[in-house]
This record gives sequence, structure tokens and C-alpha cells, in this order.
Amino acid sequence: MAEGATGERPDGELIAGVLAGDTASFEPLVRKYQPRVFATARRYARRESEVEDIVQEVFLKVFRKLAGYRGDAPFEHWLMRLTVRTCYDFLRSHQRNREFSFTDLSEAETHWLDRFAASPAEASETAAAARELVAHVLEKLSPAARLVLTLLELEDRSVKEIAALTGWSPTLVKVRAFRARAEMRKCLERLTREKKL
Amino acid sequence: MNLTELQRKLLAAARANPPSDAVPYAFEKRIMARLAETPVLDPWALWNRVLWRAAAPCVALCLTVSAWTYFAGTDPASPDVLAEDLESAVLAPFDNLGDTW
Repeated sequence: MAEGATGERPDGELIAGVLAGDTASFEPLVRKYQPRVFATARRYARRESEVEDIVQEVFLKVFRKLAGYRGDAPFEHWLMRLTVRTCYDFLRSHQRNREFSFTDLSEAETHWLDRFAASPAEASETAAAARELVAHVLEKLSPAARLVLTLLELEDRSVKEIAALTGWSPTLVKVRAFRARAEMRKCLERLTREKKL
Repeated sequence: MNLTELQRKLLAAARANPPSDAVPYAFEKRIMARLAETPVLDPWALWNRVLWRAAAPCVALCLTVSAWTYFAGTDPASPDVLAEDLESAVLAPFDNLGDTW
């Protein structure tokens, strides 16, 4: 089991403690892994209150299901599986709130798009406007498309890793990735049509 | 407009800016407080709840079977036949005692 660089108790010992009824052993586990879970949750939710709710839900699930952790893989893998699935549940429960128009784009985002339309090479990928724009576009995608694009394109994970994280078969991951790219392109098409680019 | 290039640029923009892993102050305390609020699961209480939930279907099944046997068994001769059949089935091993000893 993994042991922290600061000499903290190993995960296995903490988990055994929790399972034996020592709830306080759960706190070091939360402290150790919460930055990772927060970073993942922030990929799927924008509002900080939603991010906190997701992270809280993840750790409450971890506590409830800890007896089901068999220990044949690192605890972090098991935790990330739960985190990704919780984020997916969050996306599915909020999919009705998705808006399909791009009326709320900021001036900077519209300007970045104009510049891209005029000269694609000049529109910088590192611009804050590009970051905001891609966040807007990802919000318009279906939950499955957003999840698979995030894992595949933004986190650079392999199909096998995504299959393990999501519980989907590798074939399903490939099919969903193909559809997700098409969905994103359609979304961009709508965006450029709305903005008359 | 070159949509493929736009898509590539936007995904590159998102990749270049990973989200922050900052944690709100004492967030782990909030989790621990939530865990303390969660009632401890008592297996006997769960068993009790399951039994109460199962009571209604059991009563319904009893009533159905009673009604079925009451209305289906209208032949006056059949209870006797059934009783005889039951008796011979129960006593069948004793009929063959001589063969086994």
C-alpha cells in the first residue's frame, strides 16, 4: 500500500482502522486524496459549491463502500473510479439544465473566435478566452460525450484506462469517443452559425 | 471555417490549463462532521425493517392460498382422497420395512 512522503500511516493501515470501527482513521485518507478529487471534480462542474458537493459525495461513498475495496489495486485507483462515476452521475443529473445556445459568450470569447475565423494560426491556445470558450462548449455536450472527451483528450488517458474508470467496455469507449468528437464538431458548427462566422 | 482546427485548438487550450487542486480550508473536517451525523447502521434494525416489509406480502399470499384451496376444493369426496393419499405417502417407508430388515 502507498505510504506518503511525509511519513504518514500507509493507506492499508488506515483502511483497516476504518473497517475496524475507528472512523478517525478516515480523516488522513481524506486529507491525502482530496486535492486529486477536487481537481477531477473541477473538470465537470464550474461552480465551487457544486465541486464541493461532488467531493463530499465521493468521500461519503468511499466511507460507505470501503468494505468492498479488495486491496488488489492501489486505493487511489479505486477512489478515482468512484470519483469519475460520481462526476458522471452529477453530469447526468444536471443535463436538463444544459442550454443549447451560445448567447452568453463574453466579448473576449467572441473576439477570440473572430480572430480564429480571420487567421486560425494567430488565435492562441493559451488565451484565457480560449479556456472559457472550451468550457462553454464542453458544457453543451451530453454527459457521456463530455466524460469521454475529458478523459481521452484532456487527461490523455488510454481507452483501457477509461474502460476501467467508467465501467464501460473498451469498444463502447471507442464508440462514445467517436460520437463525442462528432457531437463537439456539431456544437462548434452551431456556434459559428450563431455568431455568423 | 475550419472546424477541425477549431476543435483541436480548443481541446489544446483545455489541456494546457488543468484545473486547480486547491482544497477549501478544513474540508476534511466537514467530511468527518457529515460522517458523524450519519446514523450508524444497526443490523437488527435493518432485519426488523425487512421483516415488517415482508409481512404484508406474506399475509396476502396466505389469504390467496386459503381462498384458492377453499374455492377449488368443492368436490366433497376429495378431502378424504387427499387424506388417504397423504397417509399412504407418509407411511410408505414403513410398508417396506420387512424388505430392508
